Amino acid sequence: MTAIPAPETLKPPRTSVGVLGWLRQNLFSTWYNALLTIVTLWALYALFRPALAWMLTTARWEVVADNLRLFMVGQYPADQVSRIWLCVYVLGGLAGSSWGTWGARFRTFAVAIGSAGLFLALLPFSLDIRLRWLGLGVAVAAGLVVGRLPWPVWLRRVIIAGWLLYFPLLILLVRGLEGVGAMPRVNTNLWGGLLLTFLLAIVGITFSFPFGVLLALGRRSHLPVIRGFCTLYIEVIRGVPLVSVLYMASIMLPLFLPEQIRVDRVVRAMIGFVLFIAAYVAEDVRGGLQAVPRGQYEAAEALGLSGPLVMGLVVLPQALRAVIPSLVGQFISLFKDTSLVAIVSLFDLLNIGQSVLANPAYLGLHREVYVFLAALYWVFSYAMAYAARRLEVALGVGER
Amino acid sequence: MENDAIIICRDVHKWFGNFQALKGISLTVKKGEVIVIFGPSGSGKSTFIRTLNRLEAHQRGQIIIDGIELTHDVRNVEAVRSEIGMVFQSFNLFPHLTVMQNVTLAPIWVRRWPKSRAEAAALKLLERMGIPEQAHKYPGQLSGGQQQRVAIARALAMQPKIMLFDEPTSALDPEMIREVLDAMLWLAREGMTMVVVSHEMGFAREVADRMFFFDGGVIVEEGTPDQIFHQPQQERTKLFLSQVLSPRRSAPMASA
Repeated sequence: MTAIPAPETLKPPRTSVGVLGWLRQNLFSTWYNALLTIVTLWALYALFRPALAWMLTTARWEVVADNLRLFMVGQYPADQVSRIWLCVYVLGGLAGSSWGTWGARFRTFAVAIGSAGLFLALLPFSLDIRLRWLGLGVAVAAGLVVGRLPWPVWLRRVIIAGWLLYFPLLILLVRGLEGVGAMPRVNTNLWGGLLLTFLLAIVGITFSFPFGVLLALGRRSHLPVIRGFCTLYIEVIRGVPLVSVLYMASIMLPLFLPEQIRVDRVVRAMIGFVLFIAAYVAEDVRGGLQAVPRGQYEAAEALGLSGPLVMGLVVLPQALRAVIPSLVGQFISLFKDTSLVAIVSLFDLLNIGQSVLANPAYLGLHREVYVFLAALYWVFSYAMAYAARRLEVALGVGER
Repeated sequence: MENDAIIICRDVHKWFGNFQALKGISLTVKKGEVIVIFGPSGSGKSTFIRTLNRLEAHQRGQIIIDGIELTHDVRNVEAVRSEIGMVFQSFNLFPHLTVMQNVTLAPIWVRRWPKSRAEAAALKLLERMGIPEQAHKYPGQLSGGQQQRVAIARALAMQPKIMLFDEPTSALDPEMIREVLDAMLWLAREGMTMVVVSHEMGFAREVADRMFFFDGGVIVEEGTPDQIFHQPQQERTKLFLSQVLSPRRSAPMASA
């Protein structure tokens, strides 16, 4: 009896792997595909050559460089801008130390923030600004070193607490306090630019999410009054445009409230966004709740879990994971819709752009400004989409 | 006789809309008894077992579990449910939790055990089920038979007094039925009170104390496995048994 020798494992043919293999398989598999590839490449070149040439030679980017502070923080007082920098550094430090402590999960995030700082430090701004951007890279690196040190377990708790407290800290630093010499109060009508856009988006997301989840649960409640109210709320809000909700929040809200209570303009806009987005979040989450099979409720109930535990431990985690893509879509459009606050005369990123263009010194530089703004919006929207994809992968473990 | 009765059902009725699923079921189960319920689909056997932990609410009659009557009172229902383990046809494991988390969820949140105690107990159960090495996988990574054994471990983790099995092997490939039945046999021999809806006649013959034949929402016939298999009284029972036991679908238990 002769043993059959195990067949040797061969390497795949050279042309089927690597860059060469990919090119061959996807772009040059047949003569007409090769032809198509070449024609497409030529068309792309012809199409984008003028745009590229304009960007690198003709465009007068000094309109962006000169007004960078306006774009970033609007009319925020120049002598207080260091508070905003502090917020940025704390974010960098948190990202770095999370990377050091938890490793791969935060690596991309921290690297993105740190390298953004280093990249901006290389651009031809004033030396002062460049050093400040360099500081962001340093903050991430310092956080990384701190995170890597063999600290006891409590360091993790400090970092988690840091993340949880970051949002209140941000608001506190940006707003300041009455009668504190080092950080006097900065009125919200001076907030503007990317800072205002970010604050609107962050507040909108953090508050509309829990509110939306509650609305979704309410809409599925067994109690007719709660169900009726939630359904009515969702359908009314979804039936009107965001602009009208913003107008309502901005103009009508003060009429409803007693005279002693004066709600700030920015806060009114934030309330408008939260009320509006929550209705959409609620519908997304409701879709997720419906996707959880009946058997999951039954199994959890059969174990003796009470209603809130069934929801919180078994149903909601599955429902929310299923709706991450549509929720993120919702939040990305919220981020871009913040530009609508221009109609209640707030100076967000886009509105700042328009006011810069109104300056006679920058007459006719629309293209430069709008290309710059579009790029900014795109970078942050894409970052959100990318982060969401990573989150999906991280949570998708066990799903085959 | 009712002194050691742990499940008492008196004249239980259940309607789904206009359709009457249960038409006056009365039966009593004693501590440590193994009951097998069988019957054609739509006979009400699954509905009945689900009324025992009030996954379905009965509309007439009385169900008393270990001295607590099942009523609209939510606290009673939760108290009863934590004393009854249930295993489903489609496993219903929580896909977002690991096997270990599935098994320890209820002990930690309902019984308020510390995590270490719950995990030690869970590991023992998983060992008993022959799958300790799967503890840190997710349900989606296990075979059907392994999933059902995790489901049994999850139910046992609450140290229930009664175990309900609703067609536990019907969704399994033939080669995996055996491993689940072995786990159930072990449990029966440990003296667990069990109510099993199943067509696994080999299992019934081996460990059932009594069998109930359901059809059309009523108990058509009851008896020991001996009586049911060898001297069935009703024509319906005879006919059904001949279909279930026909050699064509033979997955008989090797006699232990």
